[in-house]
Amino acid sequence: MACIEVENLRHAYGSRQALAGVTFHISQRELFAFLGPNGSGKTTLFKMLSTLIPVTHGQARILGYNLVHESSAIRKHLGVVFQHPSLDEKLTVLENLRHHGHLYGLWGRSLRGRIQTVLDHLDLGDRAGDLVETLSGGLQRRAELAKAMLHQPKVLLLDEPSTGLDPGARRNFRASLARLRDNDGVTVVLTTHILDDAEGCDRVGILDAGQLVAVGTPDELKERVAADVVMIATDAPEQLRMKISQQFGYESILLDRSLRVECRQGHEFVRDVITAFPDEIQSARFGKPTLEDVFIKLTGHRFRGEEEQHQ
Amino acid sequence: MRRFLLPVMTIWWREIIRFRRQRSRWVSAIAQPLVFWILLGGGLNASFRPAGVPEGTDYIEYFYPGIVTLVLLFTAIFATISVVQDRREGFLQGVLVAPVSRWCVVLGQALGGTTLALLQGALFLCFVPVIGVPLSVVSVLSMIGVMMLLAFGLTNLGLMIAWRMESTQGFHAIMNLILIPIWLLSGAFFPVSGVPVLLEWAMKFNPLTYGVAALRRCLYLGNPTIAGEIPQLTLSLLVVSLFCAVTYFSAACMAYRRPNVA
Repeated sequence: MACIEVENLRHAYGSRQALAGVTFHISQRELFAFLGPNGSGKTTLFKMLSTLIPVTHGQARILGYNLVHESSAIRKHLGVVFQHPSLDEKLTVLENLRHHGHLYGLWGRSLRGRIQTVLDHLDLGDRAGDLVETLSGGLQRRAELAKAMLHQPKVLLLDEPSTGLDPGARRNFRASLARLRDNDGVTVVLTTHILDDAEGCDRVGILDAGQLVAVGTPDELKERVAADVVMIATDAPEQLRMKISQQFGYESILLDRSLRVECRQGHEFVRDVITAFPDEIQSARFGKPTLEDVFIKLTGHRFRGEEEQHQ
Repeated sequence: MRRFLLPVMTIWWREIIRFRRQRSRWVSAIAQPLVFWILLGGGLNASFRPAGVPEGTDYIEYFYPGIVTLVLLFTAIFATISVVQDRREGFLQGVLVAPVSRWCVVLGQALGGTTLALLQGALFLCFVPVIGVPLSVVSVLSMIGVMMLLAFGLTNLGLMIAWRMESTQGFHAIMNLILIPIWLLSGAFFPVSGVPVLLEWAMKFNPLTYGVAALRRCLYLGNPTIAGEIPQLTLSLLVVSLFCAVTYFSAACMAYRRPNVA
C-alpha cells in the first residue's frame, strides 16, 4: 500500500520555480531517498511533506490523509529530522525528549517508557543528562533521531541527515535508519546530496531543477548507464586527458587530480591505458557506474553536490 | 483539555529552564532598570517635580511604577528575542511540525515571558521601602496582579513583532523605535498633565498609560489622592485586560501567517 502519494506537486518562491510538478509514490516500510544537488528542490519537497509549507498546487496524501487540508491529522504520524538541529542546546537530551513528548501528548509513565526505549535504541542512555551543546555532531544527530522517533511515527522524514557527519558517524546513522524500517516498520524518506546515503536506500528519486528525473532502486538506475567507469589518478591530468582522447577516442571528466572515463570494455581499457602511458598514471581503478554517473547521464550535467561530498 | 494544556505547559517550562541557565539575562533585566532608576530618578529628583502630583511626592517616588513597568518591558523583550533565536537555530521548526495549534505555542511562549517578567518585577517590589511608601498585603498582591496582566500583554506585543522578525538586530531597531517610545509616553517618565496636546493624545491612546496608572493606583491603594490625576483603577484594569486579549490574538494570528520558518 502506498504510504505517500504525490501528484504533480509544484511550488514557487516568487518567480523562481522550486518544484516543477513532481509525481511519485512511496510504499510503507520503504527507505526512500531524494538525491539531488543543492537547489534541486529537495528541501522544498521536504518542507511540503513535513507540513511546513502549505500545498497550493498539486495533490499529496500521506497515510491516506490529504496534505492540503488534513495536515494536523498527518502531524501526529510524522517524525521529522531537520537539516539544522532542532534540539535546544541549553537543555539536556532528556529535557529535550520530555519537551517533545509533551508536544505530542505523551506524559507520565508512558512518556518515561518511550524515552527509555529510544535512548536504548540509539545508544544514548549514558548521555541523557548531558546538555545537547556538549555532545559531538554524531551524537547530536542521534539525539535528533531519538526525538523524531519518540512518539512512534509511521513516517520519518529527514532533510540532509548526514550533513556535518564524518564517514563513520554517517554509516552508524544509516544503520539506525535501516533498523527503524526493519524493526518498527517505519517508512523512511530522506533527502540527500550524498551519493553514499542514497546507495543504501531501497529506492532513489533523482531530483534536478525541481523535477524528478528518475525513480528506481539503485541497481535499476545504474542499469541506465550501459558502460563501465574507469578512474585514473595522475599528476598531469590535463595532458593525459588529451592523450586519451587522441589515442582512444574517449572523452574524460576531470575530478580533482583524477580522470573519469566511461567506456564499454572497462577492464580492457585499464590494461591498454596503463600500457600506453605507464609513467603518467599512478593508479587506475575500474568500476561499475555509480548514482552520480546516472545523474550525469540523465541531466547532461555534473552533480554539483560533489564538492560537499569531498569536504 | 490535556492536548491543549500539556504543550502550553511544556513550552512555558522550557522558557523558565533556559532563563535559569542564562545568568546574563537576570543581570541585564534587573540591573538596567535599577541603574536608570537610580541615575535618572536621583538626578532629576532635585530639579524636576512632576505636574499634577500632590505635594510631598518627589521624582524618584513618581518614577517608581514607571521603572517597574520598564523591568516588565525589558524581560518581555528578552523573552521574545528567544523566539527569533529559536527560529534561527531551528528549534521552532520542531515545534511547528508537532500536532499543536499555534494558539498553544504562543500561549506557552507568552506565559513563559510573563512568569519571568513577573519574577523580576516582584523582586523590584523590595525597593518600595526606599521611596517610603507604606505597603499593605492587599497593595502588594494587587500590584503583582497588575504586573501579571501587564507582563502578559507586553510579552504578546513582543511576540507579535518577533514572529515576523528574521534577525535579533531587526528586533533592537523595533525596540528603540516602538517599545521604548511607548514606555516613555505611558506616564512612566513624566505625567500627562501639562504636555503638548499631541503628546497628550498619544499618551491617552497608549494602553501602557493605563498599565502604569493601574500600578500607581495599587501602590497608593491606602491613600488614592497621592496617585495624582491618572485614570481610575477600574478603567485601567479594563484597558490592560483588553490590551492582553488583543495582543495575544494578534500574536497567534502572526504565528499562523508565518507557516514557513527557517
